Amino acid sequence: MFLQTVLMALREIRRNTLRSVLTMLGVVIGVGAVIALVSVGRGATQKITEDISKLGKNLLMVSAGARVRGGASSAAQPLNMADMQAIAREISGVHAIAPGSTSMQQVIYGNKNASTQVTGTDNNFFEVRGYSIDQGRQFTKGEAQSGLPVCVLGSTVKTELFGSQDPLGASVRVGKVSCLVIGTLMSKGTAGMGQDQDDLLLVPLSAFQRRITGNNNISLILVSAEEGYDTSVVAESIRALLRQRRHLPPGTDDDFNVRDMAEIADTVTSTTTALTALLGAIAAVSLLVGGIGIMNIMLVSVTERTREIGIRLAIGAFASEVMMQFLLEAIVLSTMGGIIGVILGLVGSFFAARSLSLPFVIPPEIVALAFAFSALVGVLFGYLPARKAAQLNPIEALRHE
Amino acid sequence: MTEAAVLRPAADDTALIQLRSVKKIYGQGESEVRALAGIDFDIARGDFVAIMGTSGSGKSTCMNILGCLDVPTAGSYRLADVLTNDLHGDGLTLLRRHYIGFVFQGFNLLSRTSALENVELPLVYRRVKLRERRAAALRSLELVGLSDRADHTPQELSGGQQQRVAIARALVTDPELLLADEPTGNLDSARTQEIMELLLDLNRTRGITIVMVTHEPDVAAYAHRVVVFRDGLIVEDSRPERAR
Repeated sequence: MFLQTVLMALREIRRNTLRSVLTMLGVVIGVGAVIALVSVGRGATQKITEDISKLGKNLLMVSAGARVRGGASSAAQPLNMADMQAIAREISGVHAIAPGSTSMQQVIYGNKNASTQVTGTDNNFFEVRGYSIDQGRQFTKGEAQSGLPVCVLGSTVKTELFGSQDPLGASVRVGKVSCLVIGTLMSKGTAGMGQDQDDLLLVPLSAFQRRITGNNNISLILVSAEEGYDTSVVAESIRALLRQRRHLPPGTDDDFNVRDMAEIADTVTSTTTALTALLGAIAAVSLLVGGIGIMNIMLVSVTERTREIGIRLAIGAFASEVMMQFLLEAIVLSTMGGIIGVILGLVGSFFAARSLSLPFVIPPEIVALAFAFSALVGVLFGYLPARKAAQLNPIEALRHE
Repeated sequence: MTEAAVLRPAADDTALIQLRSVKKIYGQGESEVRALAGIDFDIARGDFVAIMGTSGSGKSTCMNILGCLDVPTAGSYRLADVLTNDLHGDGLTLLRRHYIGFVFQGFNLLSRTSALENVELPLVYRRVKLRERRAAALRSLELVGLSDRADHTPQELSGGQQQRVAIARALVTDPELLLADEPTGNLDSARTQEIMELLLDLNRTRGITIVMVTHEPDVAAYAHRVVVFRDGLIVEDSRPERAR
């Protein structure tokens, strides 16, 4: 009997194809929008998290100068090698530590030139930031100590200056210094906020300090926390150590800055998650509107089919069977809308993800939820018209024109 | 309401229909309308009764009560020895399902639905299996001479054919009582004769009790018994000598 009623509902829907499709459209759009928006939102979150972790595993960045909001950074005592060594020696949970002094410089080879981030560092940099050598080698101990002008090229710089030529052994001009190319880096791709991680040139810190900046400062200390250590705890102990080394009295602000990439990732993730939820909620409202559309059509349908209801009641249908018929019609309509919506939503988010170069994420619980909700919409908004149909008086229904 | 409670097997010697001082009053106080002012009559199994009367005479109200679509305000109505007064809703539906077939003036077929499916419909509500249902519906269509039109929708059939489909639908459950409300009201005289011959034949060969409302004397003339209503009362109840 149930199957029979479902078949009857399907036939009724087919009998009025255009109207049925238009009725379903509300639910289709609602379900589709919820799924597409949540899927794209999840993709964005995943992408951002991946990008931030691409900067380096469990990365902490220590720099001089207070954290300032929207203004020029205050002048502060710079960091130096002694600070770095102290961190390496005294803080537990430090896996690797590297200096990173940076300066934008013009790099010239032959008639080509490129502007890039020149970083003075040591071999730990590769470990901390997760770079690996593509061609050539890292710095030797001698090069690191003596300040010989050698360099390792990021893949963007390599391509800009050398194209497909072999850069090893060539001499490039970095600012005013002539540098011997000893290696190139494997490409790491784009990090969060579209930053190209391959647009850099590495030189030994000693060479950088001596030949480019001319002082012994370090602008950035990069710390990779040991796996299993809480990065925020490590960051806090570095902060305490530096306050002590800089003789900052209690109650004063830090004149340096320890940035925890995991914490930044968490912040960004929670922001995008909140945005996704908001967009999903807005889309869910359209699902509700779709449900009201179904109720509207079903009410019209009951009026239009009053005679039919009268016939069914007269030839032996229980009121409950008439009610079930109309309820099932509404449910079939809304679940069909739900299925189409799920398909369209997934297809839509697949193409959206591709055009935004985001990963395509299927949020299974949202798909299930949106689908279940569409069926529920059918029950909720089909109930009123169905009850109206079941309560018709057969005599009056038969007389209805 | 269980089926067993409603549908006790009736003794064969009791009248199929027993009305005892049945009153039907619509409205209250000043606007009170006495549609039926106190009716007593029995209809025996296998009879063919025509109910006549002007509009407002109470004949339609009487049909609604006979058809278990409505219940009397006072008095009692027994159908196949089942007292209908205490029933409502599903109980009345069960009675309709098992004893009564309806034929209406306006045919009342489901549009855009084939003749076969229209005839099947009462069996759907009786939960008869698809295969049996199809077979029964085809037999029923054959009975009214329309087995070659099974796939046609009402729109593709003439008025006379539509009324035959409606009769086939009424017969498919093998009812004891066929209630026909102005069955020829929308048909020309040739079709009227066809339909009346069909009803007469069903009454004669299958023993179906037929109660028919009409206001045309020549249609009523097919019946074995003619009951005339006026102002909610029976004013004439006769068995005319059959002319043919």
